[in-house]
Amino acid sequence: MKPAPFEYVRPGSLAEALDALARHAPAGRILAGGQSLVPMMNLRLVKPAVLIDINRVPGLADIRVDGGELVIGALARHAALLASELVAKHCPLMVEAYRCVAHGPIRNRGTLGGNISHADPASEMPAVLAACDAKIGVRSAKRARTIPATEFFTGPLTTALAEGEMVTEIRIPTAKPGQGAAWQEAANRQGDFAMAGVAAIVTVAGGKCTHASVAVAGMERPGVRLPAVEKKLVGTTLDDAAITAAASMASEAVRPSGSYHADPIYKRELAETLTARALAAARERAR
Amino acid sequence: MALIPISLKVNGTRFERAVEPRRLLSDFLREDLGLKATHVGCEHGVCGTCTVLMDGEAVRSCLSFAVQADGCEVRTADGLAQGGKLSALQQAFWEKHGLQCGFCTPGMLMVATELLERNAKPTKAEIEEAVSSNLCRCTGYYNIVESVQRAAELMQEGAK
Repeated sequence: MKPAPFEYVRPGSLAEALDALARHAPAGRILAGGQSLVPMMNLRLVKPAVLIDINRVPGLADIRVDGGELVIGALARHAALLASELVAKHCPLMVEAYRCVAHGPIRNRGTLGGNISHADPASEMPAVLAACDAKIGVRSAKRARTIPATEFFTGPLTTALAEGEMVTEIRIPTAKPGQGAAWQEAANRQGDFAMAGVAAIVTVAGGKCTHASVAVAGMERPGVRLPAVEKKLVGTTLDDAAITAAASMASEAVRPSGSYHADPIYKRELAETLTARALAAARERAR
Repeated sequence: MALIPISLKVNGTRFERAVEPRRLLSDFLREDLGLKATHVGCEHGVCGTCTVLMDGEAVRSCLSFAVQADGCEVRTADGLAQGGKLSALQQAFWEKHGLQCGFCTPGMLMVATELLERNAKPTKAEIEEAVSSNLCRCTGYYNIVESVQRAAELMQEGAK
């Protein structure tokens, strides 16, 4: 229950952090909030030879609006995002989902960048970012690039990050008029990992749904969108019948892995029920 | 592995030590500084009995390395009583039987300290939300919630 020995590096700038990451590849790991990494180290599931602690890198936790995007620094803490007026205004879906994320002391330390880099399939934020069509800004010592959230999560605990790369920011299109969004989750207890969670965003113009975005948590990989469900909604008035019909496709569209508290059959049912609830709530907010 | 010098304040006292990078803050407090109020339970962030305040924020000391507390101000349950007198929060836990077996108590005291410093009159729901981060294996949350409610009363009275 104690971590294996490692070398500790504390860069004072992003450039130093990226240099350290390049120099220590592949043995170096970024230490952000540590709320997923340190438990795994304590359990000796992982034994990184070098930890690069980015907690004192200035400017990496900023939350700002840039043009039509909410820009969140990778080191922004869950607690700061949950309390942020900018996030509440421009991405209320994130705030609603954050109410389901862990507990106070974990949210005080855990970061959005760390959360998505860890890429737990049961985690809320990958689904939120996928639903929002967010972009993940990543950098290495050599280059910077942007990865759509829908392509960032490649499998359970696996991302599109290449060796020497780290997440530096998350860019989310700001919520637009006529748009409504909602998060629905089933967990054993408040703050536990989700058995299943659904993020839904709908845009309504002239009484018709012009855009729909649905993403699920708790399934085979993080940040899974359900295009079949989305397609079924566009062009409808989002009445109860349309929502029921679209939600019924969610149970077929997901590929759940079973867990101790929820087998795949139950997770399929949760996907359908939570999709219907999230869509109904999103519809009301779009009005 | 090379030792790294750190300097931090714990309960108002400055400590300078050299630590292995892998030294958890929880072990540093208990073993290196001899401050045994902070308990160690699950050591992977679930139980919360190791919760301390780092620069005013409740954090799991088993999920922080001591090197990360370099330059920080840490508060633990050891520092709550002043001059041999229980703090209002500790007094309330005593009056309302909030301790029970006592194992979760240090963590409960620290999350309640953070809560009451931010919100002098928390609702029952806010108290429940705060203490829900920590496990009480006696499952005696009723008494713990009542203790925090009582602490808020005592602090209001004390402020008058």
